[in-house]
Amino acid sequence: MTDPVLSVRNLSVTFNANGRRVHAVRGVSYDVQRGEFLGIVGESGSGKSVSSLAVMGLLPSSATVEGEILFNGRSLLDLNDRELSGIRGRGISMIFQDPLSALTPVYTVGQQIVEALRLHDRALSQQAAEKRSIELLKIVGIPHPERRAKSFPHEFSGGMRQRAMIAISIANDPQLIIADEPTTALDVTIQAQILEVLQSAKDLTGAAVVLITHDLGVVAGNADDVAVMYAGRIVEKAPVLDLFRRPVMPYTIGLLRSMPNMASAASERLVPLEGRPPILTVVPTGCPFAPRCPAAIAECLDGEPPLELVKNGAGVPDPTRAVACIRHEEIEDGTLARDEIFPRPEPVPVELRAPQKRETVLELRDMQRHFPLTRGAVFKRRVGTVRAVDGVSLQLEAGQTLGLVGESGCGKTTTIMEILELAGAQQGTISVNGIDTATLNRTDRRALRRDIQVVFQDPMASLDPRMTVEDIIGEPLTVHDVKPAEIRRKVAEILQLVGLEPSFAGRYAHEFSGGQRQRIGIARALIVEPKILVLDEPVSALDVSVQAGVINLLEDLKDRLGLSYLFVAHDLAVIRHIADRVAVMYLGRIVESGDADLIFSDPRHPYTRALLSAVPVPDPEIERSRSRILLAGDLPSPTEEITGCNFRTRCPLYAMLPEAQRVRCETDDPAQRPVAGRDVACHWAEVSEQLVA
Amino acid sequence: MLGFIARRIVNYVILASIATVLGYVLASATLNPAARYLGRNPPIPEASINSILNDLNINPDTPILERLGIWITGLITRGSLGQSVTGNEVTADIVSRAGTSLRLLIIGSILGAVIGVALGVWGAVRQYRASDQVITYSSFAVLATPPFVVAVLLMIGATNVNRASGQQIINFTGEYTAGLDGGFWVIFGDRLVHLILPTISLTIGAVALYSRYQRSAMLDVLSADYIRTARAKGRTRGSAIVRHGVRVALIPMSTFFAYSFGTILTGATITENVFSWHGMGEYLLQSVTSSDINAVAGTILFTSILVLIAGTLSDVVYAALDPRVRV
Repeated sequence: MTDPVLSVRNLSVTFNANGRRVHAVRGVSYDVQRGEFLGIVGESGSGKSVSSLAVMGLLPSSATVEGEILFNGRSLLDLNDRELSGIRGRGISMIFQDPLSALTPVYTVGQQIVEALRLHDRALSQQAAEKRSIELLKIVGIPHPERRAKSFPHEFSGGMRQRAMIAISIANDPQLIIADEPTTALDVTIQAQILEVLQSAKDLTGAAVVLITHDLGVVAGNADDVAVMYAGRIVEKAPVLDLFRRPVMPYTIGLLRSMPNMASAASERLVPLEGRPPILTVVPTGCPFAPRCPAAIAECLDGEPPLELVKNGAGVPDPTRAVACIRHEEIEDGTLARDEIFPRPEPVPVELRAPQKRETVLELRDMQRHFPLTRGAVFKRRVGTVRAVDGVSLQLEAGQTLGLVGESGCGKTTTIMEILELAGAQQGTISVNGIDTATLNRTDRRALRRDIQVVFQDPMASLDPRMTVEDIIGEPLTVHDVKPAEIRRKVAEILQLVGLEPSFAGRYAHEFSGGQRQRIGIARALIVEPKILVLDEPVSALDVSVQAGVINLLEDLKDRLGLSYLFVAHDLAVIRHIADRVAVMYLGRIVESGDADLIFSDPRHPYTRALLSAVPVPDPEIERSRSRILLAGDLPSPTEEITGCNFRTRCPLYAMLPEAQRVRCETDDPAQRPVAGRDVACHWAEVSEQLVA
Repeated sequence: MLGFIARRIVNYVILASIATVLGYVLASATLNPAARYLGRNPPIPEASINSILNDLNINPDTPILERLGIWITGLITRGSLGQSVTGNEVTADIVSRAGTSLRLLIIGSILGAVIGVALGVWGAVRQYRASDQVITYSSFAVLATPPFVVAVLLMIGATNVNRASGQQIINFTGEYTAGLDGGFWVIFGDRLVHLILPTISLTIGAVALYSRYQRSAMLDVLSADYIRTARAKGRTRGSAIVRHGVRVALIPMSTFFAYSFGTILTGATITENVFSWHGMGEYLLQSVTSSDINAVAGTILFTSILVLIAGTLSDVVYAALDPRVRV
């Protein structure tokens, strides 16, 4: 074996802020071989990003870095900023998470690529650099690169900016590319595109890649090796297949079992990983995962377990697999069965379930919301229309969960905001509990608000930091004139219902973890005893391990209280898990809707097919063996006028159709029609199997 | 872009007209030009006073609107702002004094902006270190000191320098030494020496203010992801901060520069008086104390034009610096 490109030995990073020390990374060691694809997985705060910023030498001055970082045998920690700058961008390059803010807003994309090129090659002329930057943009799949090179970052979509970032990172043929959550801020369809670009960039340059992510599904398809980080340390490292098939660290086992999986049956309950990672202001004395670990024994608290090689059946240490758990031998040889460590929780017992009535609680019929697009300061003239919601029909039955999915910008949020307004629609009708909301007066509207409540995406931003939990949860009741003593009693009751201690009532939101905060958000929605709950991406801001707990809670509450959910999410695995019915939205329209199991097992609309195939599955074998249907480009702007079917500009099926059949897509706007037990808005839904996923 | 600027200029012409009319009405209603001729010995007959006031179109007995009408007609037809009480054309006064003021202001503003930005950036980069603290506290001290105190302190300092060296190195009274003979370079050098103290006194205030704004604009930018991207590309910290940080932090500053250039005139009033410069600031003060309505109204017009030019300039500079607001 040749020398590794990057060798990190015993790396520690300590932040010193206002006299408080945070031990963000504690003794991390790993090697990256030439051309290797290493995945580093961990929850937020596990130190995964900090450790790679340390490699780049980009940590703030409040950080103390100790240990050894060797790049091609050269110690990076001994270099000064000028010497490191020679390596950054040329030897090691980095792709950052948020493509919105990672590019300088005042320079064109072309200028920023040229800058990267000329910084490391002073002899390169401006013209040659410009030519090369256009080539690079072409490589990463940006259409019309000559024109787009002159665009500013704000004129690019998120996916395009991330492509430009990749172009910058491969500009100087680096030996190592560090990608820090490169797809987290993007939609699944765009994520699939970006991962594809990253893979081809790697093949083209022969660089090694370190991919940092919280999503096990993302590493399953691409990585050769995976390191799992927890509380500032690597707790398990193994080749990707071993990690998914035979995880040894209980944390990895829990993480894998907590993820909703597109490939597994939907009825299975998720396994929550309770608790939260330790706060690293003090160095843990025992295993940092022990407080959350169901397999913890007394010895786990005696000192932190070292990262040891796993012995195979014959007792020979396997050099590719390492784990930091004192019970790893029992887990490896099967005396401690993996699925017994984290048993699946039982669903709500039948006697506690609320009786079900079949009735429609929420109905949208052909709802529209158009926004005028105007120009001019004094004389406003209409120059176009944003068709945010363009004729949506939905039905939600009592006790059911309707999943509404689609890429960002497809009109999901506008749809639910129109519903929650309870003031009718611009066009079409919205009925809640059979009442057309356009007919309501003020008093009726307030009364109806009790029946429909909402839980928002960001549990930190949606809770007032200056209010106690009791005030937050009780606030909806004050609108409906409930007495203070009664409010207090109800808050205590509801806290228990969502799995929090009633004694938490006097605390403030910032004292809680993300999962707990979202439970507070749910409690606030439930306090007025609604019949319908609108959930706007309720788990997308949460770490995987706590996400499962919140999803289980939502399922239990639905069974127990007989609630109906309108569940908006972009994460299809979550939708598959929780929804009874699904509606897939594209550019303000529903393109396919029907029974969730049916749609997930046999999607008929080409868009649904592409969306499903873009979701990464946390299983390396499935992930590697399947081919993806990649959608071309981005979601068109809702101001564009597209004749016929509005999906045809990106439709992979349209591209395959013979000329004679295409005409219909170009001229005829497909209406929803029943095909194989669900409604699809596609002329060729019967033949969409041609698209092999 | 051109259409945008044209529309702006039309807007500004309207605004400047309103400001000037209001200024004229206010000055006419409050100032009493007759007081200048009363209580003299020998007393001036009332008829003569009235005829002087009538000639100057500032007689309080004429209704304000009528006087305003005459004044505006004169302005539009002859480009005249009327005569000042000394008998000079106000426009002529303004033209001769504006050059003096602008020389002081332009040098002071540019120096203040450049040094202020540099100190602000330096303070932000060294946040909470000793150098940052020194800059912060000195700026607060300067901002808390009235401009005339700064000017007087500077004069005391200059006098001490002169006394210590036994020569008149720094001259600080007036714009130039009266009756000085010599070639171009001698005159030029003399004027330059006279500029030193008033420029310093203007600059110090501007630096203190700009450095505060620049520091906070810079702190916002320093933690931005694109600085990190620039460093990841291979820029050193310093070069990333200058090329990507300062460039972006200057965007909000451009508005501020442009407008304070228009309003620095009020600061120059005090500086001009202390250093006996016959500029616009001094003119405004003098015309108010001598109840010179035409001169006051003319100064207001001049100032409002400066402020509005500054406004246009700030829009143009903003659009030049920030591609996101271009139409």
